[in-house]
Amino acid sequence: MSGLALQNVVKEFGAFRAVNDVDLTVPHGTFVCMLGPSGCGKTTLLRMIAGLDLPSAGAIRLDGEDITRVPTHKRNLGMVFQSLALFPHLTVGENIAYPLRIRGAPKEDQKKRVDELLSMIHLPGYADRPVSKLSGGQRQRVAIARALAISPKLFLLDEPLSALDAKLREAMQVELRQLQQQLGITTIVVTHDQREAMTMADTVVVMSGGEIRQAASPIEIYRRPADSFVADFIGQTNLIEAEADIQNHVTVLGQSVPGLQLPPDATKATISIRPEDVHLTAPGPGALTGTVTFVRDLGGTIETFVDVAGRQIVAVSTPRARPEVSVGQEIGVALTPDVCVVLRK
Amino acid sequence: MRREPPQTLGDYSPLLFPAAMLTIFFVVPFGTMIAVSFFQREQGGFYTPAFVFDNYQRFLSAFFGGVLGFSLMMAIAVAVCCVVLALPFTYLLTRMARRVQIVWLVALLSILSLSEVIIGFAWSTLFSRTAGITNILVALGLMGEAKALTPSFAAVLTGMVYQAFPYTVLVLFPALVRLDPTLTEAARTLGASPLKAFFTVVVPALRNTIVATLIMVFIFALGSYLLPQLLGRPQHWTLSVLITDQAIYQSNMPFAAAMAVFLVLVTLGLVALTVIAGRKGETA
Repeated sequence: MSGLALQNVVKEFGAFRAVNDVDLTVPHGTFVCMLGPSGCGKTTLLRMIAGLDLPSAGAIRLDGEDITRVPTHKRNLGMVFQSLALFPHLTVGENIAYPLRIRGAPKEDQKKRVDELLSMIHLPGYADRPVSKLSGGQRQRVAIARALAISPKLFLLDEPLSALDAKLREAMQVELRQLQQQLGITTIVVTHDQREAMTMADTVVVMSGGEIRQAASPIEIYRRPADSFVADFIGQTNLIEAEADIQNHVTVLGQSVPGLQLPPDATKATISIRPEDVHLTAPGPGALTGTVTFVRDLGGTIETFVDVAGRQIVAVSTPRARPEVSVGQEIGVALTPDVCVVLRK
Repeated sequence: MRREPPQTLGDYSPLLFPAAMLTIFFVVPFGTMIAVSFFQREQGGFYTPAFVFDNYQRFLSAFFGGVLGFSLMMAIAVAVCCVVLALPFTYLLTRMARRVQIVWLVALLSILSLSEVIIGFAWSTLFSRTAGITNILVALGLMGEAKALTPSFAAVLTGMVYQAFPYTVLVLFPALVRLDPTLTEAARTLGASPLKAFFTVVVPALRNTIVATLIMVFIFALGSYLLPQLLGRPQHWTLSVLITDQAIYQSNMPFAAAMAVFLVLVTLGLVALTVIAGRKGETA
């Protein structure tokens, strides 16, 4: 099989399990973002793929070949570190040429490739500059070019954009994605920024506590989160308890929602409703009744906080699509089955 | 951080104390020594103030030139050996667990607390025929019979490297601790074996530190005068030994002073050359 496969990978540091039985397949040419809170094991997983840490158990395969115990320098990969790790004693050109020099490529080939890469990262003519004279974004690009110099099979990035300011980060996300598509290289990025993951990835892998909670396309993750952790971690959501009686009539916060189905054997479940799916109406039958507690008017969107039977529900809408409301007012919250995602326990 | 240059005379006041100490304990004695180096030696007596070049003239002979050359060579050899041994050692030490590091650093510091005399006698016992390390090799069947390894150049070198090694480690340690460990990891992901990564990333990135350490150990080794006498033959004696001999046993203070001044000048010249060479390498 072409691509990267992790099979039952485990990493233990003493008694602590940093990565717990991870299975993941990354087809050739896909862009994967590993997303999770700090300490969820995503960086450890990346370091094992790079060979910088050895798994305690399990196997890592690249294009069908078992590389679990292959030393890092024989894996032919490119990696960008959070600190970028540009060599301070070398110039921009020498940094990019380093993997070629280590492999004994002829000087002319090195120079040609460096020029090629410098124009690819929009820094032509920078070869002789010292690394210390570059801006943050430029260093970022040099680190990317250096990692791509040998056209690696695997391109790994550990929180690559975290040192950049917000605007530059957004621009680099787009640039990185376009570069990856142009080169068709299998890429794995570790990040804690969900916006970054949504922008760049073909597949988002949400991790927590050393385990993969869900691996799917960004839109699938957003629309169909597998559990309440994923639903809560990706974007904003309202998590509400739902109950079903014997006839599978579902009630949410004491109000029946016709048409909503829980799994056959479940009597209780958590449902997730994205704020933009919460529809505010006039109070009445077919809607939960609540009280407006706060209105956050952001200009482009308006967030309305509604208290329904002691639970806070947030609704987001554009100014035009929303009825005039004020704090303290009674309001109806309409829940339709198609916007409620039933989460597994 | 932005620093303002000192504005008033008062701003310089923190410098007064060190300046005074340096003047009283360094500049004045050194000035006296320079003056004495031009004095006329009284045969059988001490010396009288004068301005003669006799002492320097006497120094410019093949014998003293040879001793000077040997002293410099010995100090360079000690410096190179120390750095070559200490750099990989310290690099590995910085990557060990904190507890292991502390044990090693305490052991190294305790070597520093030993006096040169003890180190000299300890090594001369270890290198002796009757009680030395060759007896262990004989017991292991690696050697036919025990023999004395001292006095010899190798014995002097070993003793001096042993003495200077802890200083070398302590000077290199902070720089190696501060070295970003992801630099070597990056080199490895880019295709360098751990050994190659050490030589293509760690060593060049620490070039200035290495040069500074070489200079420090060189100067430290240049002043050594007990170990060459304890572990070496007369031809392994350094200029420091001869200076002591002239000053204390021959009572020829002007000549001793002249040799000392010469040694200082040559040392400063060599250090300056190293620094200039280092600068050139940096801009190239």
